[in-house]
Amino acid sequence: MIEQYMKYLKEYDGAPVTLMEVCGSHTAAIAKSGIKTVISPKIRLVSGPGCPVCVSPSGYVDQLIHLALEEGATITTFGDLMRIPGSKYTLNEIKGQGGKVEMVYSPMDVIRLAKEHPQTRYVFGAVGFETTIPVYTVLLDAVIAEKLTNLQILTALKCMPPVIDWLCEGGAKIDAFIAPGHVSVITGSDYYIPLAKKYRIPFGITGFQPKELVAGIYGIVRMLEKKEELLAQGEVLVKNFYPSVVTPQGNEKALAKINGYFEPGPAVWRGMGNIPDSGLYLRPEYAAYDAGSRGLDDDRKINQACRCDQVLMGKISSKECPLFARVCSPLSPQGACMVSSEGSCYQNYLNRGN
Amino acid sequence: MIVTMAHGSGGAATSELIRDIFARSFDNDVLNEMEDSAVVPGSGRIAVTTDSFVVTPIEYPGGDIGRLCVCGTVNDLLMRGAVPKYLTCGFILQEGADTEVLKRIVESMAATAREAGVKVVAGDTKVIEGNGGMLINTAGVGFVPEGIEVSAKSLKPGDVLILSGDLGDHHAAILGSRLSISNDIVSDNAPLTEMVGNLQADKVNVHTMRDVTRGGLATVLKELAASSGVVIALEEDKIPVKQSVKDFCGLLGLDPLYMGNEGKMIAAVPRAEAEKALSAIRRAAYGEKAVVIGEVYDPASAPAGKAGDLLLTTPIGGIRQLDVLQGEGLPRIC
Repeated sequence: MIEQYMKYLKEYDGAPVTLMEVCGSHTAAIAKSGIKTVISPKIRLVSGPGCPVCVSPSGYVDQLIHLALEEGATITTFGDLMRIPGSKYTLNEIKGQGGKVEMVYSPMDVIRLAKEHPQTRYVFGAVGFETTIPVYTVLLDAVIAEKLTNLQILTALKCMPPVIDWLCEGGAKIDAFIAPGHVSVITGSDYYIPLAKKYRIPFGITGFQPKELVAGIYGIVRMLEKKEELLAQGEVLVKNFYPSVVTPQGNEKALAKINGYFEPGPAVWRGMGNIPDSGLYLRPEYAAYDAGSRGLDDDRKINQACRCDQVLMGKISSKECPLFARVCSPLSPQGACMVSSEGSCYQNYLNRGN
Repeated sequence: MIVTMAHGSGGAATSELIRDIFARSFDNDVLNEMEDSAVVPGSGRIAVTTDSFVVTPIEYPGGDIGRLCVCGTVNDLLMRGAVPKYLTCGFILQEGADTEVLKRIVESMAATAREAGVKVVAGDTKVIEGNGGMLINTAGVGFVPEGIEVSAKSLKPGDVLILSGDLGDHHAAILGSRLSISNDIVSDNAPLTEMVGNLQADKVNVHTMRDVTRGGLATVLKELAASSGVVIALEEDKIPVKQSVKDFCGLLGLDPLYMGNEGKMIAAVPRAEAEKALSAIRRAAYGEKAVVIGEVYDPASAPAGKAGDLLLTTPIGGIRQLDVLQGEGLPRIC
């Protein structure tokens, strides 16, 4: 089957199509698979705002830095967040200047730290999309159960549909979306139906292995070819090519937990602006666990020529940015897309020879 | 007992530490002289190297800083075709270090030195302020037999590249232990003495050897491609990685091609000698999974790429151009 799909994608000679993935793991998986080198140039794959670290605004990083320098406080966070620039510094740089920052793998490690060091105020930098947010609800459960008073979270949590809506509304030249596999495990594939209907645009939920990518991209291109026919038959343009782990309804238990702790609110996406209802914030009854996450809207570029925003919107490729691979590289990222291994510029930098 | 600043004073406490821990474990004729410097026999072409070890945690699944510091230095000597003979070690202990732990580390170091066929002939201990950590510097001396010419610049078009075993074990073991991720991955830290010895005994014409340490396979091979002005082409399907390490990498968003190893090497040999080299490596300790993973091309006749390129054919036939490691290889967020 896969060989047939590969042959089809290689020989595709229909209308040029642009597929956008909105998941950092897809960005990395597509680069690692080398799939762009074996499909028709008429099928263009672009990376959208799928890396939660990349889209966190500088104001959020500045607040983490502010807390890291506070007497008696320690920031804990995941690896990638260490390197994202605030308005002036990164957490990594602040660590070198006496800021207290600890990298952890699981938020649950912070529970152990907070219990071991009751005199230290711990703040967990909680960044993520629908995939990661359930983990933070487990953390909050533990904080409440253990009656910990020295552990809070500083959130930059975001949801996919509002930003996809924003991209389509803004006239981004995208023909279809490679819908995020991990996010969809939580949200379910039905999550995309309203957007597919509103913009008559196909969504294909896709896995991450090279063969799963081939199957998903093939399925999406076929949907595009038969789009009018499918719409005339009243079909919804959402297909699940990752049925081994994604269901139509998703993980309802996890979704209920998310809604229990968090409520929607406006959120700034780095370089893109404020998108209504695209963020999630702790509900007022849980305010005691929030280290001040609302209103961190400041969004400054460290280099005015940085065009991460247009890269994230699929308007230009990384190579069209004047800084790319010149002053901007993974060792000295000028914009957020170059920071994370899930950022589109980072992956394009590694594969810049292709 | 807990190490204090007194253990670095050069006085009674230092002597006690040397006598009870270092001299007891390393015990050999040269060291036992206890002079200001070691005088050792040997002549010819001498290989010299040094390396510092700062790994955290100092004891990890499958090894410890003691085993690591011997393997790292011995393997660096071996990669030039030298026969390792002597090691020196400098211990920098932070006050608060536990002498029981130190004993275990030194004993592990001594056992690994015996395995690798080297003597620890000189040493030094200092104590600094801190919280119980331990850093080690080792230097190594070896002798290069007549007729052996192995260098990073000797890669030739037509060579095949042999990898001596699975990638990523050491990196995953350290990171797993640092991040408290339970798994059954153990470090591959090992001296490659027997492997290189077999290649020399079988008179395999080895052009280049490199141990695949920090930066991983991709970084090492990209540097080799650049220093020899050739194109290196690898096949991803042929590169051995344990399923547990693949899963670990998947979880953290790491790439086994960029993960460090401490008991793996790459050998470049002419195609006609590939079978001979494979058999020499496979019958040595730590080499049973050796496999050919790629080839070296003249840029003019390579199927793709230009001088200095490292290309990887993916399982779906895509081509990835690999660069050296960028940044520090942090785990990603989701």
